[in-house]
Amino acid sequence: MRPDEYCFCEPEHVSDAFTLSRREMLKVLGGITIIFTAGEPLAAMEESLALAQQRRGGRYPDEISAYLHIGEAGRVNCYSGKIEMGQGIITSLAQMLADELDVSLDSVDMVMGDTALCPRDMATVGSLSTRQYGPALRRAGAAARALLIELAAEHLGASQDRLAVEDGVVFDQDDPGKRVSYAELARGKQLEHRIEASTTPKGRSELRICGKGASRADAEVKVTGLARYCGDIRVPGMLYARILRPPMHGATLEHVDTSAAEEIDGVRVVRDGDLVAVLHEYPDVAERALARIEARYSEPERTVDNSNIFEHLESLAPEAETFAAAGDLDEGRRLAVKTFEVTYLNHYVAHAPIEPHTALVQLEGDRATVWASTQAPFWVQGQAAEALGIPAEDVRVITPFVGGGFGGKASNRQVTETARLAKLAGRPVQVAWTRQEEFFYDTFRPAAVVKVKSGFDRANRVVYWDYDNLFGGSRSSEPVYHIPHHRVLSRGSWGGGGHPAHPFSVGAWRAPASNTNVFAMEQQMDIMAQAAGKDPLSFRFANLVDERMRRVVEAAAEKFGREWAVAPSGRGHGLAITDYHDTYVATMAEVEVDRATGAVKVKRVVCAQDTGEVINPDGVRLQIEGCITMGLGYVLSEEVRFNGGEVLDKDFDTYKLPRFSWVPQIETVLVDNQEMPPSGCGEPAITPMGAVIANAVYDAIGVRTFVLPMTAERILRALRES
Amino acid sequence: MKEVVEFQLNGRATTLTLDADRLLLWVLRTDLALTGAKYGCGAGLCGACTVLVDGEAVRSCMFPVREVQGKEVTTVEGLASDAVLHPVQQAFVEHDAMQCGFCTSGMILSAYSLLRRNSNPSGDQIIAHMEGNLCRCGSHKRVLEAIQTASRKMNGGRP
Repeated sequence: MRPDEYCFCEPEHVSDAFTLSRREMLKVLGGITIIFTAGEPLAAMEESLALAQQRRGGRYPDEISAYLHIGEAGRVNCYSGKIEMGQGIITSLAQMLADELDVSLDSVDMVMGDTALCPRDMATVGSLSTRQYGPALRRAGAAARALLIELAAEHLGASQDRLAVEDGVVFDQDDPGKRVSYAELARGKQLEHRIEASTTPKGRSELRICGKGASRADAEVKVTGLARYCGDIRVPGMLYARILRPPMHGATLEHVDTSAAEEIDGVRVVRDGDLVAVLHEYPDVAERALARIEARYSEPERTVDNSNIFEHLESLAPEAETFAAAGDLDEGRRLAVKTFEVTYLNHYVAHAPIEPHTALVQLEGDRATVWASTQAPFWVQGQAAEALGIPAEDVRVITPFVGGGFGGKASNRQVTETARLAKLAGRPVQVAWTRQEEFFYDTFRPAAVVKVKSGFDRANRVVYWDYDNLFGGSRSSEPVYHIPHHRVLSRGSWGGGGHPAHPFSVGAWRAPASNTNVFAMEQQMDIMAQAAGKDPLSFRFANLVDERMRRVVEAAAEKFGREWAVAPSGRGHGLAITDYHDTYVATMAEVEVDRATGAVKVKRVVCAQDTGEVINPDGVRLQIEGCITMGLGYVLSEEVRFNGGEVLDKDFDTYKLPRFSWVPQIETVLVDNQEMPPSGCGEPAITPMGAVIANAVYDAIGVRTFVLPMTAERILRALRES
Repeated sequence: MKEVVEFQLNGRATTLTLDADRLLLWVLRTDLALTGAKYGCGAGLCGACTVLVDGEAVRSCMFPVREVQGKEVTTVEGLASDAVLHPVQQAFVEHDAMQCGFCTSGMILSAYSLLRRNSNPSGDQIIAHMEGNLCRCGSHKRVLEAIQTASRKMNGGRP
């Protein structure tokens, strides 16, 4: 991961964690608290943390910590700065810890995203949770188990090497009557152990909980309506706020009359500069009052919209950075017997989580508690502190269940708004954005332009690859094939980096940059395959040397079928592969295209994935299915329409998400690679969706749109022009 | 203007004195502290706020509370009885038919309203009925499987 990928969302000041509160917690809880400090670097984590530190120019705690608590009733609390937004780590992290501790899975309770209780964490982004926090947790669990055995040996008067653990009970293997549970060891104690652990976690063969399917730990609270999301939380005296919004980005408030709103019983209007809000004990009454505010704005000129955005971006593209390069491009061009030059485009896409951004801020004296629907509680801590004008260590952020994030909830504008309003009102305030606000303030996936020049030699080997991505970002843009002469350029990042080209905010959208890149890269491969008179599968194999990737492609073909033909075969089959942060994905799809309407029906998708060690196969499959289903939207229908700073899509009537009738037959293949540490699985499988469907559409009807989304209108136009 | 609205809520007689133009979703979530029904769009376009009124699925975000007068309202909190999950809830658990869970209450109540009318719907009937419920995480496949399982359970386990 590159440094520029972190800078966008992160506020400048991020404080150290709230160590005092952990001690307070210990007093309340009793039992044994274990604070684990990594004795040796954890490569993946270290790397990303170091980069974050570089960007911020600030200090990062020199320890990587994990905390767990063994209570007097034998339950284990596992503290994680990562949050649960549907991706399922509430289950898989618990599996990892339970295995190391030798306790049952259902005895572990996850405590997530609470800045007072949980170890400091960057943010829940980039499919990194299992990869980053998992290893730390395993070491903590192993160290904790060793400590508990030591305590048990004292308690039982037995030597440690005779002791074993099962379901949280330590027993003497030679005398099984001699036994003591973790709960008994914890009873009556208030111990805090700080461990510098060199204990090695268990080997794969010793694991009994990881690697086996486990049902979602949050399923029952989610089907009964008891799961608490930010908007479900109320505190005494709390008011709901509705905020006056401009008609477009860049507009300035010139005149406002709130008198009619204030006539409604119980309504309070507060104002701080441009921030004008209506407060009431019921959100619907606040909404009604807001509608009675009269406001006039001056609007900036509108120069850019969906019809000219790509020319606009090209005209403003910043200097290129070289992301990857090898060989000599001139030599590559010389070796090529055929060359190709293609431009790929994609429009802005919204995150559109079903739960809009929400926050609740309660000020008590000079301390504050913030509940937020966020992927980044530790960033929120700094943002709220700044808005409130208090030190970050006096702000506690609590993250309830998050109703979908997809990158959009790494951005937390709503927190700043809520903090300002709570301070103005002198009462706890909750802000829950409406769907219209969600579409207006979303940090969209950026529109982007990708220009690819490539060529193959007499033996159908790709020898030349000159790749230039404008505004999409660089992730996943390094070729997965062996291409001796290549260059990969990137101009501007997916986070926008403050660049004025975009008419509104842009940011991380599930697998940032990768969706844009794989759409271009894997269509380019198909275009070359066809020109070489080869089918897409054998052309790829001829250029693929990475054995691990070959196995993944094989696994997909095994399931999907090996009968590939030179496109367009009329059958509507497509293929696309990628490497997303070390998770390898090969996706194959079958589509049907209605030539009269241009409508695409995706009939079947097979996805093979090598995600290293699989902690929860059920969870990984669910993530792959989610990626495939969500992917259908950005590929076939999702495009944010805008006119200057005005966002024209305001709700789900015009902005079309995938629905039940769209869902294809989905088959997932988990490629066994238990020896590699776990990598991410929340994002990788969404990234080939653009190219796999584009390639399948071409195989069906012999046309490409080169633009995302591939709407029926665009396909129809391409058919007519062909 | 405050009015008295009387109705059955999850099997219990409920009387409210309130501005009866207010929308059922907010009355449930604030006055009655039942937060299972969610706001997703406020325009009846996503289904996250779905509850049952006399057994029919309605979008509570567009439903004035006046209209529940004398009727029976069921929310997701009222489905399980004595801590035993309803077959539809049980099937959602079995199939892991959710991710973030924000749309789940609406999904379950929409599915339940279908199965009340047609205990053995075809796959196409399930899809047509559920088409208006949005899920952003992409759990659709599991939701469809869960509804089929629930249908079998409610038919006494017969396929």
